[in-house]
Amino acid sequence: MGTFLTNTSIGRKVVMSVSGAFLVLFITFHMAMNLAALVSADAYNMICEFLGANWYALVATVILALGVLVHFAYAFILTFQNRKARGNVRYAVTSGHKGVDWASQNMLVLGIIVIGGLAVHLIHFWSKMQLQELMGNHEILVAGQEVAVTNGYKMIEITFSSIWNVLIYVVWLAALWFHLSHGIWSMFQSLGWANQTWYPRLKCLATAWTTLIVLGFMAVAVVFYIRSLGVCC
Amino acid sequence: MNFTLKIWRQKDAKAKGGFKEYQISNISPDTSFLEMLDILNNELIQKGEEPVAFDHDCREGICGMCSLHINGHAHGPSQAVTTCQMYMRKFKDGDTITIEPWRSAAFPVIRDLVVNRGAYDEILQAGGFVSVRTNSVPDGNAIPIPKADADESMDAAACIGCGACAATCKNGSAMLFVAARVSSLAKLPQGRVEGARRAKAMVAKMDELGFGNCTNTGACEAECPKAISISHIARLNREFLAAKLKD
Repeated sequence: MGTFLTNTSIGRKVVMSVSGAFLVLFITFHMAMNLAALVSADAYNMICEFLGANWYALVATVILALGVLVHFAYAFILTFQNRKARGNVRYAVTSGHKGVDWASQNMLVLGIIVIGGLAVHLIHFWSKMQLQELMGNHEILVAGQEVAVTNGYKMIEITFSSIWNVLIYVVWLAALWFHLSHGIWSMFQSLGWANQTWYPRLKCLATAWTTLIVLGFMAVAVVFYIRSLGVCC
Repeated sequence: MNFTLKIWRQKDAKAKGGFKEYQISNISPDTSFLEMLDILNNELIQKGEEPVAFDHDCREGICGMCSLHINGHAHGPSQAVTTCQMYMRKFKDGDTITIEPWRSAAFPVIRDLVVNRGAYDEILQAGGFVSVRTNSVPDGNAIPIPKADADESMDAAACIGCGACAATCKNGSAMLFVAARVSSLAKLPQGRVEGARRAKAMVAKMDELGFGNCTNTGACEAECPKAISISHIARLNREFLAAKLKD
C-alpha cells in the first residue's frame, strides 16, 4: 500500500506536504521558544539546557533532520521529473498568469535559500551548543569570549551584535516567508483538504501564520542588534 | 488591422523547427483568430508556399481541437475562451503575435502548430467513463441528484480536453484534465460506483505517460478556456488517497 508514496505523483506530493507540515510545526515552536529570549535570559537558557544533549532532544533532532532530508530530497526528485515532463523545447514567449503567486513558481529556489540559511544558522548555534555537548565540551570560544555551551542567550547576543548576521537572517526569513506563503495552503490542497469555500480561508491562514513566524524570528534578531548598540532596551 | 506573425514552422515530428515571420494586412477586428490564420494560409497557397498546419474543428469552443500558445498564453490573451472564440480586436493594430504549438514532453509536435494529444485519450480510456448498459435511454429523473452536485459535476464536465492545462503548467502536469473527469463523475451517483477504480487507473496512466507532478501553482486554472477550478484537483487528491488507503 505504502508504495504509492514513492511511485505515484499524488503520493509523492503527500510526502512533500506531510514533511512540510512537520517542519512548519517545528519552526512555529522554535519561534515561540526564541521569544523567551526577549523577556528573560534565564528562561531562554533553561530551554537551551532542556534541549541540549539529552536523549529526548537528540531523538527529536534526528527526526527533525530526517524531515528536512525527506522534504529536500523529494523537492529535487519532483523538480527533476517535472523538468523532464516539460520537455526540452520551451516557449519562446512566456507571460504571467492571472492569480498565480510568484512564490508558487519558485519554490525550489526559495527552498535552496532556506537550506543555505539553515546551514549558516547551524554553524552559528547548533555547532556551538548541542554538538559541543555531544563532544564533551562545556565551554567554547565564541568571538574571543569563553561561553558555556548551554548559554544560548549569550550566543544570540554575540551573533546579532553583527549587522551582517542580522542582514543574512532577514534575507533568509524573507525567503522563508515566500516559501511558506505558498507551502502552507498548498499542503492542504495536496492532501485534498481544500475547496472553493476554503481557498480564501487557507490562503489567509497561510499568510497570517507565515507572517507571525517570520516576524517572531526577526524580532529577536533586530531587538538583540539594537541592544548591542546600547541605545535602548 | 495589420499584424506581424511569428509562427513556429516544423516540417514533421522529426524535423528541426523554427520561427518564420509573416506580414498580414487588412484584417477586420471581427475576424476570429483561426479565420485570420485561414486568410494567411490562402495567401500562402496563392504564393505557392506551404500553408501553416493547425488543429481546429467546431470553431464554437466546445470540441477541444484548437490549441496554440499565443503571446505567452494558451488559447491567447483572452480569459476563459478557446482560440477559435478569440477575435482580432483583442490585439492592437501593428502588434507582433508569436504563435507556438503546445510544449510538453507528452504532446510531441507533429507538424507546425499541431501536436499529438493522444496521451489524453489514453488517460480517458484508462477510466474516464461509466460502465453501463448501452441500450434504452434511461429516464433522466429516475435517480434524483441534488442541484449543487449536478452543477459542480457539470462545471467539471465542461472540460474539452484541449491540453491547455498541461501545456501551461511549468511541471507539464495533466492534473486539471484528470481531475475534471474524475470529479465530474464522482459527483454523480452513476459515476460514484467506480470512483475508486477510476481515480487510481487514470492517475496511474497519467504518471505512466510522463506527465509531471502538480505543485499547485494554479496556472492551469488561469489558462483553462473553460475556467475549471483547481478545487477539482483537491477532489481528485481526496478520491485517489481514499482509494489507495483502502487497498
